[in-house]
Amino acid sequence: MAVRKPPITTREYWAPGHAACAGCGPAIVMRLATKAFSEAMEEKYGDPNAFAIAHATGCMEVVSGVFPYTSWKAPWIHVAFENAAAVASGVEAAWKKLGRKGKILAIGGDGGTADIGLQALSGMLERRHNVVYLMYDNEAYMNTGIQRSSSTPYGAWTTTSPPGKYSIGEDKPKKWVALIAAAHQIPYVATASIGDPYDFYRKMKKAASVDGPAFVQVLAPCVPGWRIPPEKTVEVAKLAIETGLWPLFEIENGDFHNIKFQRFPKDGKFKKPIEDYLRLQGRFKHLFKRPEAIQELKNQIKELWRILGKEVELP
Amino acid sequence: MPMKKVMKGNEAAAWAAKLAKPKVVAAFPITPSTLVPEKISEFVADGEMDAEFIKVESEHSAISACVGASAAGVRTFTATASQGLALMHEVLFIAAGMRLPIVMAIGNRALSAPINIWNDWQDTISERDTGWMQFYAENNQEALDLILIAFKVAEDERVLLPAMVGFDAFILTHTVEPVEIPDQEVVDEFLGEYVPKHAYLDPARPITQGALGFPAHYMEARYTVWEAMENARKVIKEVFDEFEKKFGRRYHMIEEYKTDDAEIILLTMGSLAGTLKEFVDKKREEGIKIGAAKMTVYRPFPIEEIRALAKKAKVLAILEKDISFGIGGAVFADTSRALINEKEKPIMLDFILGLGGRDVTFENLEEVVEISKKALEGEKVEEINWIGLRKEIL
Ligand SMILES: Cc1ncc(C[n+]2csc(CCOP(=O)(O)OP(=O)(O)O)c2C)c(N)n1
Ligand code: SF4
Repeated sequence: MAVRKPPITTREYWAPGHAACAGCGPAIVMRLATKAFSEAMEEKYGDPNAFAIAHATGCMEVVSGVFPYTSWKAPWIHVAFENAAAVASGVEAAWKKLGRKGKILAIGGDGGTADIGLQALSGMLERRHNVVYLMYDNEAYMNTGIQRSSSTPYGAWTTTSPPGKYSIGEDKPKKWVALIAAAHQIPYVATASIGDPYDFYRKMKKAASVDGPAFVQVLAPCVPGWRIPPEKTVEVAKLAIETGLWPLFEIENGDFHNIKFQRFPKDGKFKKPIEDYLRLQGRFKHLFKRPEAIQELKNQIKELWRILGKEVELP
Repeated sequence: MPMKKVMKGNEAAAWAAKLAKPKVVAAFPITPSTLVPEKISEFVADGEMDAEFIKVESEHSAISACVGASAAGVRTFTATASQGLALMHEVLFIAAGMRLPIVMAIGNRALSAPINIWNDWQDTISERDTGWMQFYAENNQEALDLILIAFKVAEDERVLLPAMVGFDAFILTHTVEPVEIPDQEVVDEFLGEYVPKHAYLDPARPITQGALGFPAHYMEARYTVWEAMENARKVIKEVFDEFEKKFGRRYHMIEEYKTDDAEIILLTMGSLAGTLKEFVDKKREEGIKIGAAKMTVYRPFPIEEIRALAKKAKVLAILEKDISFGIGGAVFADTSRALINEKEKPIMLDFILGLGGRDVTFENLEEVVEISKKALEGEKVEEINWIGLRKEIL
């Protein structure tokens, strides 16, 4: 059955001419997220432009704001690596005082969110600022040249988790910031992937529409970081969903007993093996000589699903 | 009618914030400044202050939220000290680089290790190169006044730089003194509403703030901060004049006390200036020609005023509660810079004292004068002297 796709606005806030790599996943995130935001703002306040962006240091900030140019057709501020959430808190407080209607969008990569920015994020969520925090997850520090983050998946190669005689690559399971965010019992938390742009678009709109803080973690492949060809970005992101590796879900008000899942197979059996996802990416190449590491990754993913309340089978 | 109230330095700072009517305050408690956010939250809770008070989870987020709010176009205030200020360090450069007129009150406190909550100036002195203006208060009245002055200077179009106002831990933060609280209407007249000129996040006029500066532009951006700080010299003096007209109290970049015929001049900052004035009176009675001077503004550094002061002295003794390891006192280094090309300059000596709340006694000051006198008589003495050091426990 064909899925009815919601229309995506033709308004643009992410202008072409930025310096991102060809095929950059996060760049797709920027474009879609701001479009969704504007639509939510139009519906909520009658003004599609009623938002401002606070951006953490990282690839997307660097490629979009090289003085004297800018890729942003929205009010935008960058301060530092770890403080997008705190800066957004200040902007939101100022807007409240100025009586300005609208919502603040904070954007950070996985490093700026899961690692160095986690404290500021937690503070912002706990204080219930009217801010959407968007974490684009390319699963490493790309701007500084592909170093591991706590969001880097098990087994992945990065420049600081290189496979070697005594290493299989990254040796810790991925930290799921969406679950940490949900533990703050905020109105809305979601995971998304650019492999399902309509789902992502809908979730960003939802996040922007709720009153109070929301958090969205979106998977966004990075061409050099994942060692993929530029034309494979969306395909890889799609496979992450189809293999069960990237659960799509929504948690409202921290209610872990009523998680809403998207694209979940009715019988809990994922049809495509995780190997299909791994094989496309240079960062996992070495795992194919270490089948036990792939098995370990599968165990970790099954465990994640179990925590989310689902028993799954991964071929 | 201005009202007189007996209050602690921290309360004076909170009162200044209340009078300045910032729209956003973001702060995190740290001894000795904790009472500042506490008092502000009381003002807000009682509806006496109409500000958004963001109870942040750290000083890093406090200053980050202030940058966000200021960049959104509103007057913004915070307070901290010591480790809290150090945690803000990274963002202090950014606030100045983005030309945001944030004002911050600092209860000047020592830095770890060892952990120490008492007074010295190491916290603010360590931030002297961030592009923030720095004012130091001698008493609680000055703490209040200088915060108002700081807002006025910071928001001046020719300046647009953030400012910090230091007042000594416990000596001022926790000591009660009578403070004159100016009338709200007069403060309103003096400060006016903050109207942002360059920084406001407005959907109707989207701008990019905090962009990446390539080598082709970075230096020019930093130069504008330099230029703004240079402009601040003139603006501060204008604001001092206006402040006197409105409130009747006079401020100077460097305030002098019995310096006109002095052979030895003791130069310091903050609350120590009060002690020095008393000490000078005592020495004058003994017939010793000494004077005192207090630096109220440390950034921009009062170069011309130092030159004028130095012309009067044979020995310029700098008394400071900070240390720049590997060179000596920071104020001494800066003062030397101001005098380097002067034809005639006094003998310059530095005295490091009062670190981490160590009392500065008249005995200590006698020692300062003894060393200065020796130098005056042509004897060779140390340039950098640690005063009040307990050598027996070293
Ligand atoms: C305090 C601080 N530490 C380190 C850096 C260097 N730095 C800049 S961006 C970055 C990594 C960003 O990674 P991530 O947040 O995942 O975003 P991405 O670059 O992948 O888009 C690092 C380490 C910095 N700017 N500030
Ligand atoms: S390095 Fe990765 S995240 Fe950065 S611009 Fe290139 S593709 Fe995008």
